[in-house]
Amino acid sequence: MERIRMVFSGSGGQGVITASIIIAEAAVLYENLVAVQSQSYGAEARGGATKADVIISDSEINFPKVNHPNLLVCLTQEAYTQFSPTIRPGGFLITDTRYVKTHNRVAARQRELPIYQTVMDNIGKPVVYNICMLGAVISIIDIVRPESVMKVLEARIPANLIDINKKALELGRKLGEPFKEL
Amino acid sequence: MNEKNIKFVQGNEACAEAALYAGLNFFAGYPITPSTEIAELLSVRLPQTGGKFIQMEDEIASICAIIGASLTGNKVMTATSGPGFSLMQEALGYAVMAEIPCVIVNVQRGGPSTGNPTHVSQGDVNQARWGTHGEHSIIALTASNHQDIFSTTVDAFNMAETYRTPVILLFDETIAHMRESLAVPEKGALDIVDRLKTSVKKGVDFHPYLPREDGRLPMSDFGGIHRYNVTGLFHDMWGFPSSDPKIVHGLLRHLVDKIENNVYNIARYKEYFIDDARTVFISYGSSARSALHVVKNRRARGERIGLLELQTLWPFPAAVVRKICAEVQCVIVVEMNMGQVLQQVKMAVDDPGKVFLANRIDGMLITPTDIRNIMRVIQGKGV
Repeated sequence: MERIRMVFSGSGGQGVITASIIIAEAAVLYENLVAVQSQSYGAEARGGATKADVIISDSEINFPKVNHPNLLVCLTQEAYTQFSPTIRPGGFLITDTRYVKTHNRVAARQRELPIYQTVMDNIGKPVVYNICMLGAVISIIDIVRPESVMKVLEARIPANLIDINKKALELGRKLGEPFKEL
Repeated sequence: MNEKNIKFVQGNEACAEAALYAGLNFFAGYPITPSTEIAELLSVRLPQTGGKFIQMEDEIASICAIIGASLTGNKVMTATSGPGFSLMQEALGYAVMAEIPCVIVNVQRGGPSTGNPTHVSQGDVNQARWGTHGEHSIIALTASNHQDIFSTTVDAFNMAETYRTPVILLFDETIAHMRESLAVPEKGALDIVDRLKTSVKKGVDFHPYLPREDGRLPMSDFGGIHRYNVTGLFHDMWGFPSSDPKIVHGLLRHLVDKIENNVYNIARYKEYFIDDARTVFISYGSSARSALHVVKNRRARGERIGLLELQTLWPFPAAVVRKICAEVQCVIVVEMNMGQVLQQVKMAVDDPGKVFLANRIDGMLITPTDIRNIMRVIQGKGV
């Protein structure tokens, strides 16, 4: 398989780091793949851009960081400005229309999705925002099955929150569906 | 699909799991980035298994607490980073002198002083060796992935018991915080060295510092059935202070020889593509991952390049390094400091002129691109 290098970026509280851990854990525990997750930590995590790196592969991963992602998620304008120039040509760049105004200078497949709006319209609770984003990601790149993500969530979160997480994941998948990689 | 012993965890969690596997039952520490998760996990797990977790007022108290707990028969550990490790140096020397088994984790961050708390460094290699004063030997181990963190941590406990010495686990921020899979070995899959306890009965004189024929020193739980003295001063077989030159000489030789005479038993290292290599990287910890990335990449292009990954840093496995480097044209030490292992490699090889440094000291993990760029300069090809 092609090695997938992902960067999730946004600001503190949006859940991008949690999302990165969930997708990597799902890949390792339920897809029999190899994954490494790391996050930038320190000055950047205090009010600035939050960044989490995930590499998923079917073979050993040595260098654990992502310098040039083939899938980049930017959930703030600041993250977009900082990280969009690093994307690999032809890679997927996922942004949220509520937070990011894009410009077309990046040689990437830009996917502008109303993630926040969808969550608020259908669920009304921003707490599952990151799971909706993850739904879009796993719909656009076929690397981790939704049921694997749900298994990770079931092990991590209280039972009474499973339903809205499942709903958020489904909403995200629908958002990503039109852009599914063939 | 998932085998139940596969976990997706941080390096710090792998270390804590391994410590429990090795029999850890007492941890005292003062949480500090980037080692905090070790204390965090053990604060939950130790009480569940009947062990003790104490959050101390500082790192000096932490190491003193584990020394005391070890003497009473526990397997002990503390975890810290550079600033805390500096504070521990005095008591570390005490544990060396009094021959008290303990494991000290130093997850390295940028220094000196409070330095660069959330960023990676490998600047404490020499501090692990010579941070405490006076002639002595020490064991320091490291690892570059979570499976190796696990086995190395178990090794650390085993060596601490075998040689009755503090053992330092010298990890780094990158490896400690990143997440990857860990297969926790079944109970019994890895050998565990238990405390060697004296067979001397109650009411019979016990000599705490009288070695057996094989050189090992059986212990008696302090406060138990034997009365004996423990001191940081040079001491006789009873543990009482002595400045008798014969006793001083004998004890110092013993402290050094018990480790230096076992370099082969303590040496842990991995070889990658060494056999026909003309260029050899020597690296350890997270920087070894970047070096291995370069090696695999260049091998695919036919370059004769290999990697020696050191897991034992002290006692330095000089004979291994000398043998592997004997036939190669160029040795490049990859590390995140100004050349602390480089110095050891230069001393170990016959031709120090062929040993070069590829380093990074700005708090960022050295990348394969960094290494390739430095390699080109070394090879005279320019940037």
